[in-house]
Amino acid sequence: MSDASGAFLSVRDLVVEYTAEGRVIHAVNGVSFDLERGKTFGLVGETGSGKSTIPKAIMRILPDPPAKIRGGEVYLDGVNLLKLGNKEMRKIRGRRISMIFQDPMTALNPIMRIGEQVAEVIKLHNDISWRGAKEQALKMLETVGIRGDRFNEYPHQFSGGMGQRVVIAMALACSPELLIADEPTSALDVTIQAQVLEMIARLKKGYNTSMIIISHNLGVVAEQCDDLAVIYAGEIVELGSKEAIFDRPTHPYALGLLAAVPTLDDAKERLNRIPGLPPDPTNLPVGCHFGPRCPFANEKCSPEKIALIEFEPGHFCRCTRDFNLEARWPL
Amino acid sequence: MAALVEVKNLKKYFETPRGMLHAVDDVSFSIEEGKTMGIVGESGCGKSTLGRTMVHLLDSTSGSIYFEGEDVTFPSRRKLRKLRENMKIIFQDPYSSLNPRMTVEQTIMEPLIISGSFTRKERQEETESLMQMAGIDLRFRLSYPHELSGGQRQRVGVARALALHPKFIVCDEPVSSLDISVQAQFLNLLQDLQTQYALTYMFITHDLSVARHLSNDICVMYVGQLVETSPSKELFKEPLHPYTQALISAVPSIDIHRKKERIILEGETASPIDPKPHCRFARRCEYMCRECLQPQRLEEILPNHFVACCRVGEINDV
Repeated sequence: MSDASGAFLSVRDLVVEYTAEGRVIHAVNGVSFDLERGKTFGLVGETGSGKSTIPKAIMRILPDPPAKIRGGEVYLDGVNLLKLGNKEMRKIRGRRISMIFQDPMTALNPIMRIGEQVAEVIKLHNDISWRGAKEQALKMLETVGIRGDRFNEYPHQFSGGMGQRVVIAMALACSPELLIADEPTSALDVTIQAQVLEMIARLKKGYNTSMIIISHNLGVVAEQCDDLAVIYAGEIVELGSKEAIFDRPTHPYALGLLAAVPTLDDAKERLNRIPGLPPDPTNLPVGCHFGPRCPFANEKCSPEKIALIEFEPGHFCRCTRDFNLEARWPL
Repeated sequence: MAALVEVKNLKKYFETPRGMLHAVDDVSFSIEEGKTMGIVGESGCGKSTLGRTMVHLLDSTSGSIYFEGEDVTFPSRRKLRKLRENMKIIFQDPYSSLNPRMTVEQTIMEPLIISGSFTRKERQEETESLMQMAGIDLRFRLSYPHELSGGQRQRVGVARALALHPKFIVCDEPVSSLDISVQAQFLNLLQDLQTQYALTYMFITHDLSVARHLSNDICVMYVGQLVETSPSKELFKEPLHPYTQALISAVPSIDIHRKKERIILEGETASPIDPKPHCRFARRCEYMCRECLQPQRLEEILPNHFVACCRVGEINDV
């Protein structure tokens, strides 16, 4: 039950569908990527691209029904998580893989003291007394910058930024090998976002944790990740190192997206706009899913499925275009 | 150029069980006709309250609001009705700001009906032309908000705001619920409408890049007060207030080669409830000194560039 790549985390051909009102929503359509130990991998995409479904499938926390993992493998250190029993999986969640969600206030239990919430995770995964767990929880809270005298407070007494620190303390309490952060700072103000991101990066380095960041904010991904994947309609359309993708974006969607972002050192008089809307996930276009919105589309783009091609070492793109030609989004 | 909208010493306080909440506290600025003023700040700084007070969705506590040179702080009912034709607002969440039981057409037409100066046929024509202006396909005429995407809903908000040809539109975080590619479409639409109809915008946002992209001038708010105001280009090139500097440095950039110093602020924003008279940023400011315990005033440090900081000369090379 081991995989060939030897990576710490290896996702292979993951397929996830949701069934709603008798219709099948194709949320994740054959996603593969690898993550090395200590590295950070970014998943970028817009609403409905399937970027949040991928980590939930890895964690096996998708509600079934309506979600169903239809295929693929997720190897953690060579062990396929999708084949594990529920009991074994529970030992992995929180212990080896943990997750930070977007909104700290819905992730925390509103009627439980924050210190006890952190201690609970520690008690669950370690052979330790309740008192010992509480002591460790206190240390953990101090690591994320929460004073010990707030141990007995409830979530509503915390601001968004401080709440997210509690969530991070819970996530890191058992020194997981993999931390998944789904839009960890999207609910926070920029100055608080900077505090939290700096802290996550510091702790991650300290524990040598691998990380997956899911975000719609390209700036956050550019600053935090080593490698990233751009997701469109449940597929990776471009995959590579941060340098490859931000310096040489290649897939028309990635090109368009980067040109649509307003920046601070702005020379752009007008932002690029990608015409149209993402496709209906119950009825995806044949061939390239981005085809109907793509200015470069031609007859090669359908009806066959487009392969993800490694056109330069470590840089993959799902497109039929000539990779030797420079492409710019037509304005 | 003449100022279309001007506020002087505007205050909006709310009574709360814990004391008086100073949401907008002595704010003054003006917006020239055809220009865009960006109001930036973090949650709770009072930027939305400022916008709502200016279009009279809230009554001011004190201070004055001028529109086309006329004091409209406490307008008569008749005056307010006329004023509301000229001052509109677009809200953040297009879902909760649209009536779920009204069709697109009804939503856009409502202001035309209220104004009473259109025949049935004219209303119909005007509604269609407003839909075209906002880029809404006419086939959505009879759709309800839940049948539309976020971007389309926000366009309905724009079409409704444009009814009766206002001069001034407050945009309160109109793009923060939209995806990047849709956001770009929407910002371009706002720019096109401004050029075409000489609209004046006040653009409230927490997203500095969006503010930078759209605004001619920018006000930076912190706990109810303006700490810095300047032409947009200069503000981002040379921010002078320590808070603005930290705010700008905190924005994650997609330029992976840019090495920039990031200022990480300690702590969180001060409470706007019964604040002390001194600089509200002082507690988090690395340059804090004894003078910071005095009230701070906006001073013109560079031409058109105002800063409320007593140490601005020492910490910057100005």
